[in-house]
Amino acid sequence: MVKDLSVGLCGLTLKNPVIPASGTFGFGLELAKDMDLNVLGGISLKGTTREARYGNPTPRIAECPGGMINSVGLQNPGINVLVNEKVPALRKVYDGCIIANISGFSLDEYRECCAKADVCEGIDIIEVNISCPNVHNGGMAFGTSAESAAEVTRTVRAVCRKPVFIKLSPNVTDIVSIARACEDAGADGVTLVNTFLGMRIDIHRRQPVIANKMGGFSGQAIFPIALRMVYQVAHACRIPVMGCGGVASAADVIEMMMAGATAVQVGAENLRNPFACPEIAAALPDLMEELNINTLQEIIGTV
Amino acid sequence: MIKSRYHISENVLIAPKTYQLVLAGEADVEGEFVDIALPGFYLRRPLSVCDREDGKLTVVYRVVGEGTKALSEMTEGTELEVLTGLGNGFDPEACREEALLVGGGLGVPPLYLLAKELKARGKKVTAVLGFNKAEEIILADAFKAVCDEVLISTVDGSVGVKGFVTDAIAAAHPAFDYFYTCGPMIMMKVVCAALEGPGEASLEERMGCGAGFCYGCSIQTKNGPRRVCKDGPVFKKEELLW
Repeated sequence: MVKDLSVGLCGLTLKNPVIPASGTFGFGLELAKDMDLNVLGGISLKGTTREARYGNPTPRIAECPGGMINSVGLQNPGINVLVNEKVPALRKVYDGCIIANISGFSLDEYRECCAKADVCEGIDIIEVNISCPNVHNGGMAFGTSAESAAEVTRTVRAVCRKPVFIKLSPNVTDIVSIARACEDAGADGVTLVNTFLGMRIDIHRRQPVIANKMGGFSGQAIFPIALRMVYQVAHACRIPVMGCGGVASAADVIEMMMAGATAVQVGAENLRNPFACPEIAAALPDLMEELNINTLQEIIGTV
Repeated sequence: MIKSRYHISENVLIAPKTYQLVLAGEADVEGEFVDIALPGFYLRRPLSVCDREDGKLTVVYRVVGEGTKALSEMTEGTELEVLTGLGNGFDPEACREEALLVGGGLGVPPLYLLAKELKARGKKVTAVLGFNKAEEIILADAFKAVCDEVLISTVDGSVGVKGFVTDAIAAAHPAFDYFYTCGPMIMMKVVCAALEGPGEASLEERMGCGAGFCYGCSIQTKNGPRRVCKDGPVFKKEELLW
């Protein structure tokens, strides 16, 4: 029997729930020659700020058992290049859901960038990153209290007609209260989770491995924690959840969806296997057959 | 970029902690480096290609951590999943007639394939290879078989000119119109400052994806941020800020 992999997300239909997560797939264009991007349900683009940023000094990457730490620090060409060059170029080769990921250091910056993303024709969803652990006085600072998360949400909601997802940090005491605050402030959905603040030390040099000392830990090791948070938030909120964190296989996608995710983002796995997302999407029908699932939509939040 | 399976046809110690790994598989792959998945390790290991012929890829690596230690213990026939077609390599067309290759330590192997490509284009090739001491010398005979002239320097003076590659160059004054260098960052910085005229250097940086989409290995250059894995690892001398 033909399997239906499509999922509905805020009025959009994704051909499947598999989405490379922001920061782990560039602007999509970097991989356009290496694979057929159109097998992906969506693409979440690299986090973008108002001005171009070089980001943090290198080393930016530290390997860990079951995962890795990154501290790229939001390297990006700025919102104008995103909406004028990157998105139009991607739209020419990709017909799926394009998700702009917006970061900021002030409410003004979030407002200005989201307003520009909202009027950019190729962008379908605006994902607001209030959870980047790699920049100071910004990013995650907005995502660690319900009040500031709600304030960012209200600010961008006021300038966006497109669906707005808030990307949440797991580095909080109670992620459910923050997700609810975003929902109450008008978010159309939430993406969770971003990376866990982590650190490694080179014991020979007696120095942190990462130049910026700390960074965001992600990879298969965080999957159970991310899944738990997706489960808690999905059952406490009415808005859809994009599940993210340690997803590495079609089975992980199904598990995230059973926990309550409508779509599933694949992050660090792309860095160890650039073909992870197309491989996962291709593996879903056989796994659905094995699990007696005909339409993926029907399993969302069934646990 | 291609993901395919190779098997180890050779993995031998050629100097202390230094191994020559020959991978058999896909024949006609391009790219400056390969990115090898090691079972039990999260990220791949990017290694520069030293030689490539008859469906075999040769890389030379040093054991510096747990991953390369595990690789060194793998035996002939072991299958490895490898990404190929990565990175922008040296440009043999940049040299008009006479090339100077300057390699230091583990930076020597990637210059070997370049030396062969330059000779195939009829260029005169001088190689200056620097090592710490005699026992660490690698590929000297291979370079001698390909290059017009090979100069060796060792820090302890046990072989060739005593000192660094720059000392060997200062002593011999080899003629060249274009240089290529690969080795420790400090060596390449000094080489680029010491040598007049154009050239290029192959940089090293801790990588994430190895294919240009995670931006984990970006450096600042005179032309703005560049990814070592994708825009490099080879950059023109005049572009580098060091």
